[in-house]
Amino acid sequence: MLREALLVARKDLRVEWRSKVTIGHVAPLALLVLVVFAFAFDANAGLLEFGAGGLYWVAVLFGGTLLIQRAFDVETEDGNFDAFRMSAIGAPSLFLGKSLGVFIQVVFLELILGPGVVLLYNVRIDDWVLLLASALGGTLAFSVCGVLCGVMAAGLRVRATLLPLLLVPVLAPVLLAGSRAFETAFGLRAEAGWTWASLMFVIAAVHTAVGVRAFGFLLEEG
Amino acid sequence: MSSVVDFHNVVAVAGGFPVLAGLDIEITKGEIVQLRGSNGAGKTSFLRVCAGLIPISDGDANVLGFDLRDDRRSPRRYIGLLGHDNHLYTDLWVREHMEFRAAATGAEAGDADAALRRLGVTDRLWSVPIERLSAGQRRRVSIASMLVGRPQLWLLDEPHAALDHEGRELLDEILLDAASSGATVVFASHERDLSTSIASRVVTLRGGRLSEDSGVA
Repeated sequence: MLREALLVARKDLRVEWRSKVTIGHVAPLALLVLVVFAFAFDANAGLLEFGAGGLYWVAVLFGGTLLIQRAFDVETEDGNFDAFRMSAIGAPSLFLGKSLGVFIQVVFLELILGPGVVLLYNVRIDDWVLLLASALGGTLAFSVCGVLCGVMAAGLRVRATLLPLLLVPVLAPVLLAGSRAFETAFGLRAEAGWTWASLMFVIAAVHTAVGVRAFGFLLEEG
Repeated sequence: MSSVVDFHNVVAVAGGFPVLAGLDIEITKGEIVQLRGSNGAGKTSFLRVCAGLIPISDGDANVLGFDLRDDRRSPRRYIGLLGHDNHLYTDLWVREHMEFRAAATGAEAGDADAALRRLGVTDRLWSVPIERLSAGQRRRVSIASMLVGRPQLWLLDEPHAALDHEGRELLDEILLDAASSGATVVFASHERDLSTSIASRVVTLRGGRLSEDSGVA
């Protein structure tokens, strides 16, 4: 299963490497979202700093949704969805491979957005370990939830508009937990940030288990 | 002769429309069957039902020994499907695409190279993005993708489309070789002259049912 999952992830990353969609389009767009927020809240620097965690995750959601859309667009263009369904690769491996491919691309996106938040919103990082753990948990949860929603929308003509509609409610707890954990990591909130970080890992684990079992069914019904 | 496709009174519905309306057909190992029929007769749907992509609503359908009512996924690993589209990752280079397809079917990278050469896709095209290829070259890569998986059942929808004369002859040769080595080929084609030459049997569909059957040659 792992070999097949790596094969799928490598293919997806190679498609991305050739098309340069993440580097050329998605990352600049997500960065622009941060810049727009910086201008919008410019008059209230305190508010901007306090909301930095939430704004970061909103930018990740915005860019990440485009990445998930793209991850399934390559499987649907040129009739590829049939080939995807006909593939000899097992459905759990397809799920894990797609999730890994999305995860790596979202990590790349966050490596650009992270410094952007620090520079534009003037935040100070008090707890690096919590920050990195939260980012990891949130990205894992985002990737697996996104791939699950992505396959549900993939076979439909309205997939471009349906995907965000499916994704945002599913990811709302991740956005909330990520924002709270980041606020603690930034020293803005005394709450137990690790509880929120742990919640994201739990969400990621639950959705991974669901995805491994249900991806085949969703692929057939998509 | 063992049965590869065995349909009895099969009904299949897609998008609320009955695409197969009580189809009876049996196809045995090694046959090359040409499907004919006017637009909307059910040719493409028949191929997709055989591939397990459209579920059956009624009747009995067995493909390669698998009962499609119980399991539509398992036979797919033994099936090669070429639809109207080419099923290619157009951002990838030709060789990258083929390497993925080969690895996904458990074949070696060398098998991918051999399949490309067999289809006349020369080395100079291997490092070219698929999106830059002509329609005919894409079709050849698509057929090579199928070939590398060594399917037991070939399902092809208008496979000669976009191919030049040489490409069509090459494809016919490949299908004949596949059949002689024990695979079964079912293809939908409107082109009587070219494709009839290799078909061992011609089946005509009408309204999702069998209309005419030339029988096994």
